[in-house]
Amino acid sequence: MKNDKIVIANKKFNSRLIVGTGKYKSMTECAKAIKFSGAEIVTVAVRRVNIIDKKKPLLMDYVDPKKITYLPNTAGCFTSEEALRTLRLAREIGGWKLVKLEVLGDKKNLFPDMIETLKSTEVLAKEGFKVMVYCSDDPLMAKRLENSGADAIMPLAAPIGSGLGIQNKTNIEIIRNQTKLPLIIDAGLGQASDATIAMELGCDGVLVNTAIAKAKKPYDMALAFKNAVIAGRHSFLAGRINKYLYGNASSPKTGIIK
Amino acid sequence: MNGKLKFVPENYKISDLVKDLKISLKKVAIELNQEIMDKKKISKITLKKDDKMEIVHFIGGG
Repeated sequence: MKNDKIVIANKKFNSRLIVGTGKYKSMTECAKAIKFSGAEIVTVAVRRVNIIDKKKPLLMDYVDPKKITYLPNTAGCFTSEEALRTLRLAREIGGWKLVKLEVLGDKKNLFPDMIETLKSTEVLAKEGFKVMVYCSDDPLMAKRLENSGADAIMPLAAPIGSGLGIQNKTNIEIIRNQTKLPLIIDAGLGQASDATIAMELGCDGVLVNTAIAKAKKPYDMALAFKNAVIAGRHSFLAGRINKYLYGNASSPKTGIIK
Repeated sequence: MNGKLKFVPENYKISDLVKDLKISLKKVAIELNQEIMDKKKISKITLKKDDKMEIVHFIGGG
């Protein structure tokens, strides 16, 4: 287990938990939760600089991009053009090539628009980006993304921020079996055990934001997710027993006192 | 600029704007009329009437 690292776009990471930096009460709380989670990659959004209130705290002053890998995302983008523009700007801020692509198709359920996502993946890969792609849990689409140059497949567990946990384990397992790319469950987890389930299905990692940021005690939940991911990974590698319909005694049947 | 009207003096460069707004260049990306600017060259670009500028940075997000 010592050398069990996750490799994304040729870069090795010890932690298989990626956390989002949104929805926290403060930057201080966000930075502390990241520490508790042990995450080495955090997602960040690209937005306009506030030119009126310059005293507003900046993420980079609390979470050092030299110590933690920033994963710029395209949250809030509904077209390929918007997503490409956002990530080209993100790259310009400081050379970020590893990015999270997310093109949404519906404002209510926040499901990804896979046509636009696929289009964007192709362009980004050609431009030299390393693209981690938020996607539906459709194995066919996952295959197409892989063929389009994606560096990681990131299917949703359930709608973003819903906390419903993994809704389609079968599809996740099918995607796992068909791809050697990093498979990371992104969106919809609600509690630590959801992360364990994802890891036990053979996923390489999980991405969590709301479940930690909006927990009653975010630091405790960050720690719980850290441990849940480790537990799930160990459990997956250890190999589970077969399932039986009936009982199978654990103690020897011989030598019982009569 | 960033969706708001801004009046600037004549012969005003992008680098003047960055300086006046006390923006740390390392933390932002600049777009002028939907074209990403090379931060090394902004002292050579003078702003014109009706230019549309976006200055972005990273904030918390999932």
